[in-house]
Amino acid sequence: MAFMKRNANGARRHPMAAILVIAAGLAVSGGGYAAATAAVETVSPTSAAASAAQVDEGRKLFLSNCASCHGKNAEGTVNAPSLIGVGAAAVAFQVETGRMPGQASGPQLMVKPVQFTQEQSDAMAAYVASLAPGPEVPTAAQIAANGDSERGGELFRINCAMCHNAVGAGGALTEGKFAPALKGVESRHIYEAMLTGPQNMPVFNDANLTPQDKKDIITYLKFVEENPSAGGYELANLGPVVEGLFTWVFILGFIIAITIWLGAKSN
Amino acid sequence: MSEKKLAKASSKNSEHEYTGGLAVIAPDAVKDPGLEPHRTRMTDKSVKHEKAAARQVAAMFLASVLGSAFAIYAYFAFPITEDLGTVRNNTLLLGLGITLGLLGIGIGAVHWAKTLMPDAEVSEERHQTRGSEEVRARAIEIIKLADSESGFSRRKLIRRSLYGALALFPLPAIALFGDLGPNPGDTLRHTMWKKGTRLALDPTGTPIKAADVTLGSVFHVIPEGLAELDHHKLEEKAKAAVLLVRLDPNDLKESAERKDWSYDGIVAYSKICTHVGCPVALYEQQTHHLLCPCHQSTFDVTDACKVIFGPASRPLPQLPIAVDAEGYLIAQSDFNEPVGPSFWER
Repeated sequence: MAFMKRNANGARRHPMAAILVIAAGLAVSGGGYAAATAAVETVSPTSAAASAAQVDEGRKLFLSNCASCHGKNAEGTVNAPSLIGVGAAAVAFQVETGRMPGQASGPQLMVKPVQFTQEQSDAMAAYVASLAPGPEVPTAAQIAANGDSERGGELFRINCAMCHNAVGAGGALTEGKFAPALKGVESRHIYEAMLTGPQNMPVFNDANLTPQDKKDIITYLKFVEENPSAGGYELANLGPVVEGLFTWVFILGFIIAITIWLGAKSN
Repeated sequence: MSEKKLAKASSKNSEHEYTGGLAVIAPDAVKDPGLEPHRTRMTDKSVKHEKAAARQVAAMFLASVLGSAFAIYAYFAFPITEDLGTVRNNTLLLGLGITLGLLGIGIGAVHWAKTLMPDAEVSEERHQTRGSEEVRARAIEIIKLADSESGFSRRKLIRRSLYGALALFPLPAIALFGDLGPNPGDTLRHTMWKKGTRLALDPTGTPIKAADVTLGSVFHVIPEGLAELDHHKLEEKAKAAVLLVRLDPNDLKESAERKDWSYDGIVAYSKICTHVGCPVALYEQQTHHLLCPCHQSTFDVTDACKVIFGPASRPLPQLPIAVDAEGYLIAQSDFNEPVGPSFWER
């Protein structure tokens, strides 16, 4: 067999052997970790309350997934801020949208596939909330989109539209940062973002935007998401640059084509 | 014009040909290439093509008929109701119908002219603009006759009063420009803010307590009492809008004279961009940069809102703030300089 080669001891070894060994090692260690995690999950209490066991599980998850940047006691390091006092809402927003754990340093943490189950995320939120009081995760009633969408629209235009665009289509900030589009974002994440001010977004505490204000804003966002634009095709709602470009390319192109046809002689 | 002047003008130009007006004609000008050789169209060569073209023209006109009929149908079949989506359907389909109605006529007519009407190239020389001597003499005769019959030269009173009437006739139009005013006076230099005015939330008008402005928050602020104004509410809001931010006091770089304009790290700046007056409101919580959405002017909130990028030329004016006995934020005074875009007297 030509593709076999002898090593120093004279034993024959297939060239794929090294890869197989590594794969087997990974499978054993990863599987072991998964089994251990599953074991932790099975002992976690089923009640929603932040019991001591849930906090403890959250602490374990935190130590294995977050502590390298946020510090062993969530006190923060040069790489990441302290999480003491950020509350369960901040953890829920960051982890459930996949922004955390962060993948790489850059202008802005991106939305990624979610890394944790809901139970694991809840456990970490319970742990961080146990460190110091902070914003709580909103209740189902607080985020129900049954408020006043007209009032929500006014509040959105005053407080949010300059970054997120008048209908929540998102927009650019400086040096690669941006305000993400709000279409398709879950109501609780919108609520948590207002409450905690993730990354460069300012905080809108309950004295600034009351829970009713936040509910109205969510109602407005869900209204524009579900209702068609009255003005026809909205070109992604990105505003005058896109609309101008469309006009220049397509409308002017059409006019030029018509002009050429007018001036050309018939064949 | 007197007879003498006319005679002089005609004699002066009598030896010249009126050809190119004032244009200087170079002796080695590019030669006129003339018309392209005539190319016979397919519609002239074959009856089949001619008939096809005629059918195409008629088809365009028929498309126009259909378009117009569809526009009428769409107006009634897709009425505008409470649902916003119906506005789109109504205008879109009505517009498409009318477009087809007009474009069909236009394209059909052009196609008709291009394919079926005669296409022989024709050129026509420009003729001289100067009339013959007889025509010119006759024109002068007519003018003189009109002058003698109307007595325009003879009747000084009528002539001069007519001059006066014509001179004054446009003046009322100039007087109407007065409606462009009144001059703004000092309204550009003052806003609603005065000593003791509470800072209130936009749009509800709820006063803001200093304790409510937590780190990282941004509050969009109007003066208390703005909502109760009877007149000029929008004008006052456009001048008085303020952005309120709390920073770590260690991050703030405050000059000695502005040391007491902030309260425990809370600073208030005019929200009206000093470039062309857009609301500057994109606040980056971590960099403390404040951006204008219109032209990307960027202001550094930690350093007196100085311009660090973009076309704005002046920092945002700062509103000096304090706290009253009940813990609410109040203005110490109006802004110390005019807010918004530069104007030449400032």
